[in-house]
Amino acid sequence: MEQLGYLLSSTVKILGLIAWIFGLLWGLGRKPLWQKLLTIVAAFAVIQALFGFKIGSFQFFSAFDQGLLFQAVTMAMVALGLNLIYGFNGQFSLAQWGFYGLGAYCSADVTYRWSNGDAGGLIVVGLGVILAGVAIGLVRMFLNRKRGVPVLSAFTFYLFGILAAVFIAVQVGKPLATACLPLFGTVDAPGPLSAPIFLQIVFPLSVIFAGAFAAEVSFLFGLPVLSLGSDYFGIATLGFSIVVQTLMVNSDTILPFPEMKGGRGMIGITKLTTWFWAFAFLIFVIMLIRNFVRSSTGRATLAVREDEIAARAMGIDVASSKLLAFVLGSFVAGIGGGIYAHYIGFLSPNTFSFIKGFDPLIIVVFGGLGSLTGTVAAAFGWIFFLEGFLRVLLGQLGTDAPSWRFVLYPITLLLLMLLRPKGLLGTTEWGFFQASIVKRKIAAPLDKGKGEGVAATPPPPSEVGKPTTGNKH
Amino acid sequence: MPGRNKVTKKTLSAGQRRGPPLAWVGWSFLILLAVVTVLYVGLKAVANPILFLQNLLDGLKLGFVYALIALGYTMVYGIVKLINFAHGDVFMVGAFTSYYAVSRFNLHMWPAAAFPSISPNLAVVLGSLTVILLSMAVCVILAVTIERVAYKPLRDAPRIAALITAIGVSFFLEFFGALPFVFSARFIPYKAPFSTHAWYIKDGIHPIISGQASPDNTISFSNIFLIIAAASILVQVLLQYIVKRTKIGIAMRAASYDKPTARLMGINVDRVISFTFAIGAAFAGLGGVLYAIAYSSIYTQLGVLPGLKAFVAAVLGGIGSIPGAFVGALIMGQAEAMTMGYISTPMRDAVAFSILIIVLLVKPTGLFGEPAQEKA
Repeated sequence: MEQLGYLLSSTVKILGLIAWIFGLLWGLGRKPLWQKLLTIVAAFAVIQALFGFKIGSFQFFSAFDQGLLFQAVTMAMVALGLNLIYGFNGQFSLAQWGFYGLGAYCSADVTYRWSNGDAGGLIVVGLGVILAGVAIGLVRMFLNRKRGVPVLSAFTFYLFGILAAVFIAVQVGKPLATACLPLFGTVDAPGPLSAPIFLQIVFPLSVIFAGAFAAEVSFLFGLPVLSLGSDYFGIATLGFSIVVQTLMVNSDTILPFPEMKGGRGMIGITKLTTWFWAFAFLIFVIMLIRNFVRSSTGRATLAVREDEIAARAMGIDVASSKLLAFVLGSFVAGIGGGIYAHYIGFLSPNTFSFIKGFDPLIIVVFGGLGSLTGTVAAAFGWIFFLEGFLRVLLGQLGTDAPSWRFVLYPITLLLLMLLRPKGLLGTTEWGFFQASIVKRKIAAPLDKGKGEGVAATPPPPSEVGKPTTGNKH
Repeated sequence: MPGRNKVTKKTLSAGQRRGPPLAWVGWSFLILLAVVTVLYVGLKAVANPILFLQNLLDGLKLGFVYALIALGYTMVYGIVKLINFAHGDVFMVGAFTSYYAVSRFNLHMWPAAAFPSISPNLAVVLGSLTVILLSMAVCVILAVTIERVAYKPLRDAPRIAALITAIGVSFFLEFFGALPFVFSARFIPYKAPFSTHAWYIKDGIHPIISGQASPDNTISFSNIFLIIAAASILVQVLLQYIVKRTKIGIAMRAASYDKPTARLMGINVDRVISFTFAIGAAFAGLGGVLYAIAYSSIYTQLGVLPGLKAFVAAVLGGIGSIPGAFVGALIMGQAEAMTMGYISTPMRDAVAFSILIIVLLVKPTGLFGEPAQEKA
């Protein structure tokens, strides 16, 4: 009976959340700006209000469900990034989980040091990220003047450029951090920088820096590796995830970060993720990915997936197109990691083992390769159904039952691959993801010749993918 | 830099052919890296040659095991162009089969029980061989089943779909094996079908009494090392013979070269593919038993990292090439042993994958690989 009630309430929650996502996307897809803003505010307020909502013993969002919600938000970000890399650009990447971990550790370290009265984390990471970005830009300008520089040489240039930038950041950042030290004051007499308001500013900064850090690492890693074939690339990215996890386990011995505590896990991270920040970053990521995919660069990315040779013939720089999608996807994964670290408050290398890294892959395949709507919906559904509902229910049924989850995942994946390799939703989109950025007027006579699909203004997004997909099969 | 530019332009206008610009930067970086590595290891070796030799020996042991697994990867990839992720888990199943055969059913005791009159040494050899053969048979059945159920329907699908399927199969084997009524998720101490003996070298070869450490500054090795080395080399020779001399080997080579044409020539390609999976799985099973005996602890994710590293070894040697897999595996073993000996044990995975990335960049076809025949 108790289980039946749990089943009912879970179903209500999952359906409600999916409806909420579709409503949000629908509202974002409206034309006037004020309607979009209203939708964002309303979508934020609905969940925020439900946090404290209670009818009798039925609570819509218990503490457990709130945790699931944050998890779902981060998973949606990671999966959106992966969909950009794999679904839209066709690069089978297993490194997404590694970038997620990098983002989580980077962001957590910044706020951890800040809340312990050390501004060094923020200054060094911030300076390093910015200087490394400048270095990448300079090296790129230099390399663009010469055509046909081999990948290995380009990689060497970028590597030394970034290393120099990091070196400068550390050398400049350390004295600056020492200079900031008096501003924090002591435990008894806290200085101006110890005020909680600064932590609220440092947190979003740290998350964005974490994303940028992940993006720069992915640039350096992707530059040589993206030139490999599809399955070699898969193995190399799997290797990257393993290397990242190894470094996490050795963060206090080989790397100079004693506060990360290596394999024992990093504790004492201030739990700063609130629904406001999680939602704000989710909207940011959704807009970023959608606007990228719908831009001309994004369409070039799509063309690369369909046929590299044809894309090259159309004048698309295939290598940079792949690299851009990879970097952007990793950036998003890093942001997701930052949100996750400050929600859970504890980071363990086990969380970032490459075996768990298949979760976003399954979500992306499940939601549809090349469907952003499907990815977001699948991420929420996945977390609430499998992590929440199924885990609790199986836990109530018997002690051994939860271990069955990992037996069921691969079977699901296998069946999906055998029965529907394009994913459940295919490339179908909804609402915001469907609307085009620029309202284009298409001349009427042209429409009639082409038949359905093109006639409607604005053109449906599937139009971008359809003709090429049709040619292939 | 501007001066250099001018030079480049001049030579180009003179009509001379030059390589891509700035190629020397990448090469000198790599050479620098190699020189630093060699110097580092060389200095350590000169400082303590005994320790270096011991690391070399450990690396050989690891490398020979990787060679057994890498064969399956390289052959399957050569024919179906699929990274068979589940291969590492077939290796794990081989180890577990021998564990159950030895610990639960005492299968290695049957010669002694059936023919009490034969010599105990012969009985141990016969019993161990039975256990190994049983593990190999189980692995063969498993691999052929996987091939038929999961990979065959996807033979014409995009390669990525097949790769994801392979990952799915691998996960299924690991986590199904971790269920309490299958193998359970614990580390299980492994009981070898024969007792291990170790020797140390110091003015001749002396046996190490069990339970005692070998004296300082000596090189020690055990009979399991000798068995692994012998088995690995034997398998190499056997496989070379099969591929080069027998009918099925010729069919395998034909199928890997051009499947439709091979079919037109009357070769049953499906059967050839099944045979390839079977033979790879048999060697993985052998490798699993030997690995379990050598490292004496098994668990359901045992196959993941050795499997991946064996794949790296296969790529290193040139995927599709059988001697390449052997050489690549020995290199991987050395790289890991040196990392464990001189840097730190957990870093060995990082080093293994860094080697993969560097090799793929410098020579994407591997050391012994032939140039790619098809555009992927």
